[in-house]
Amino acid sequence: MSAVIDTHGHAGHDHHHGPAKGLMRWVLTTNHKDIGTMYLWFSFAMFLLGGTMAMVIRAELFQPGLQIVQPEFFNQMTTMHGLIMVFGAVMPAFVGLANWMIPLMIGAPDMALPRMNNFSFWLLPAAFSMMVSTLFMEGGGPNFGWTFYAPLSTTYAPESVTFFIFAVHLMGISSIMGAINVVATILNLRAPGMTLMKMPLFVWTWLITAFLLIAVMPVLAGCVTMMLMDIHFGTSFFSAAGGGDPVLFQHVFWFFGHPEVYIMILPAFGAVSAIIPAFARKPLFGYTSMVYATASIAFLSFIVWAHHMFTVGIPLTGELFFMYATMLIAVPTGVKVFNWASTMWQGSMTFETPMLFSVAFVILFTIGGFSGLMLAIAPADFQYHDTYFVVAHFHYVLVPGAIFGIFASAYYWLPKWTGHMYDETLGKLHFWMSFVGMNMAFFPMHFVGLAGMPRRIPDYNMMFANFNMVSSIGAFMFGATQLLFLFIVIKCIRSGQPAAAKPWDGAEGLEWTVPSPAPYHTFQTPPEVK
Amino acid sequence: MMRHPRVWMSLLLCLAFSSAHASWTVNMAPGATEVSRSVFDLHMTIFWICVVIGVVVFGAMFWSMLVHRRSTGQQPAHFHESTTVEILWTVVPLVILVLMAIPATKTLIEIYDNSESELDIQVTGYQWKWHYKYLGQDVEFFSNLTTPQDQINNLAVKGEHYLLEVDEPLVVPVGTKVRFLITAADVIHSWWVPALAVKKDAIPGFINESWTRIDEPGIYRGQCTELCGKDHGFMPVVVEAKSKVDFATWLAERKQLAATEKELTSKEWTLDELMARGEKAYNTACAACHQPTGEGLPPMFPALKGSAIATGAAAGHIGIVVNGKPGTAMAAFGKQLSEVDLAAIITYERNAWGNKVGDMVTPKDILEFKKAQE
Repeated sequence: MSAVIDTHGHAGHDHHHGPAKGLMRWVLTTNHKDIGTMYLWFSFAMFLLGGTMAMVIRAELFQPGLQIVQPEFFNQMTTMHGLIMVFGAVMPAFVGLANWMIPLMIGAPDMALPRMNNFSFWLLPAAFSMMVSTLFMEGGGPNFGWTFYAPLSTTYAPESVTFFIFAVHLMGISSIMGAINVVATILNLRAPGMTLMKMPLFVWTWLITAFLLIAVMPVLAGCVTMMLMDIHFGTSFFSAAGGGDPVLFQHVFWFFGHPEVYIMILPAFGAVSAIIPAFARKPLFGYTSMVYATASIAFLSFIVWAHHMFTVGIPLTGELFFMYATMLIAVPTGVKVFNWASTMWQGSMTFETPMLFSVAFVILFTIGGFSGLMLAIAPADFQYHDTYFVVAHFHYVLVPGAIFGIFASAYYWLPKWTGHMYDETLGKLHFWMSFVGMNMAFFPMHFVGLAGMPRRIPDYNMMFANFNMVSSIGAFMFGATQLLFLFIVIKCIRSGQPAAAKPWDGAEGLEWTVPSPAPYHTFQTPPEVK
Repeated sequence: MMRHPRVWMSLLLCLAFSSAHASWTVNMAPGATEVSRSVFDLHMTIFWICVVIGVVVFGAMFWSMLVHRRSTGQQPAHFHESTTVEILWTVVPLVILVLMAIPATKTLIEIYDNSESELDIQVTGYQWKWHYKYLGQDVEFFSNLTTPQDQINNLAVKGEHYLLEVDEPLVVPVGTKVRFLITAADVIHSWWVPALAVKKDAIPGFINESWTRIDEPGIYRGQCTELCGKDHGFMPVVVEAKSKVDFATWLAERKQLAATEKELTSKEWTLDELMARGEKAYNTACAACHQPTGEGLPPMFPALKGSAIATGAAAGHIGIVVNGKPGTAMAAFGKQLSEVDLAAIITYERNAWGNKVGDMVTPKDILEFKKAQE
């Protein structure tokens, strides 16, 4: 490998080192920064699309009665909202951040497998075009929830389910390739001197996330393939009438699904672990324990899946095992939260937008963790399961968790990506509007859930009306605010103060040693890490 | 729209003086059984544990954010690890969790004790209604939503029990251990009554067990809690707990009713009688998918108006209603409905909405069809 680079250095001196011109730059690019940028824009587009669907849901739930959409379409909206947000918005955003930042953080010239990188990105627009197109097909799109339990998603599914299955396969292939790329990059391309325990936490959490992805995406592929067989080839994996078992579907799905939720949060843990020290001007507290806590969470994520299935009738011993294992997750997660709080303690803090999003991340994610702990108590879960309490829980870990983590990362690294500072006032406005809107949208969901409102219903009794209206108003506010983010990013790209190589005085890491914006090629000569 | 101050005013009024039934309930209710109260206690215990941890952690964070900021001239400290505190905040939460696990385990074991029931009821989930069968008592019936479509479509004022009302509630005696055997006929449903703290998935092909012992007579309402298709939000669970004496009277009446219903099978029916009964039965059993107008919701739920089956030979029509159509949402109604209702529905479908076959399918025809199949 190094021989090739040397030759290039001597003979190919006059080669152009900038990007190609025109559209083909983006189609054919193997540059990690270009691909990272495309991932991030794609993810934002999906975030707006999935968000629009959320607006439809909240508009229908604004008042009791059916006003705007019929139940059939409502179910398609909840399903597509979930699928798009999970597979289209959150996961690609983190892959985008990984593409941009991992090579810069470990002092590598690019990702280890650049052509595969290009392919794994371009699979996504194909997959999502196909999936979204099902909404316009006869019989409508997927209407069986993002968890697509059989037999609702097999025998009773609309015909477009086959397209859905194929789209999930494409997303899975894309994720697996992306994850292999991350692992290969981190394990092979670190700058000399950067031992594993010197890696930034974002790199660590992504390494662990990548292993999770490689482990569980094939399980999801197996799951949808079994569905395909049941639908078209006469098998009965999930049909009791043919000797199968609908509960098998749930076991397989959640064996994928539980690690999946950590896939959506671990990289955010990593990003926040870089941002809080930068703005507290104090090193991260307990680096080593952070690494071990992340690894423990990843391990535990494989042995807790049936806590999503406490009501399917698993035997008492199984129920107890999954309850205890789930409660255990609170321990390493607690360690992380305590470490972040200790990092802030006796720091010299300032609250620029990335810090605001990160602090909100810690507090609100912890609230999501608390409701998670409550849900772990199996007998209490019988009351919470499939109510709005669960909806509140996972939105608290995903919105101020994953999505605030992504926003924090975006603001933190925007100067590096664009070479300009974003507008701090607007950034803070974006934060506060998001913060208020999001809490107003999701906190009342705890209340209606405890009062007895099931999830995934288009209409409800009047006793749930007040808080639903509050939720909807909050959701509209949160939704509208995200257009402000689009404006801030565009403004930052086109104008804005030029950014220094290291615009944050407390920031640490190799990414701040290259100029802003980061040149098209960086670290062609690996830096020395001491 | 939002520019009109009146809209905002009405919105605020809505929030402040919302209708009599609306409420700002923020917590679970303790419920009506011993189990539901233990569950409630667990819920409150773990909630307060979370509150205390939250107050400590968030308190420290907010204190830190107020005091340890650059604008107050703070110089950053340099400490970044301490094995002692790391061990401490691993072990302390672990101990709290173990303490929490003890009462949770106790309650769970109690909930799983399905033995020694005094009354067994089979609960079957259908798209989109519940079926209750009192095992060994020869009493069974469907429980359908009774909220009128006009209320759902905002054409009429919504009643207090909007979407939580049924034609026939499940009736159980108080102070009796009632065991539920829960299953489903089509997709997965979930049977939930919050006041009883009973939630169990109804899974086609499998039978789940659960039980309750209700203290006080009363009406307890719940809903299906597993997404089961279009009308998932429209299949409530209503349980009526009666005193033991009242329950015995009710059960005797139901047995009598079942016997009378059976006699109807041999009765000589006229077309008008069948049409009248058929319209009613169609609206509870078929209209959710095929619509009251018979136009269906194609392509998932085909139209019956002018359809080849509904206007073709009677045998084909009986066949599809009795046996369903495998691989589609069309269920086999042969075992769900009585011969009288099957005959009435089929007759109705052949002669309503402009379908003019003119013939009549009688309960005897259905019986013969079923016999021929055996």
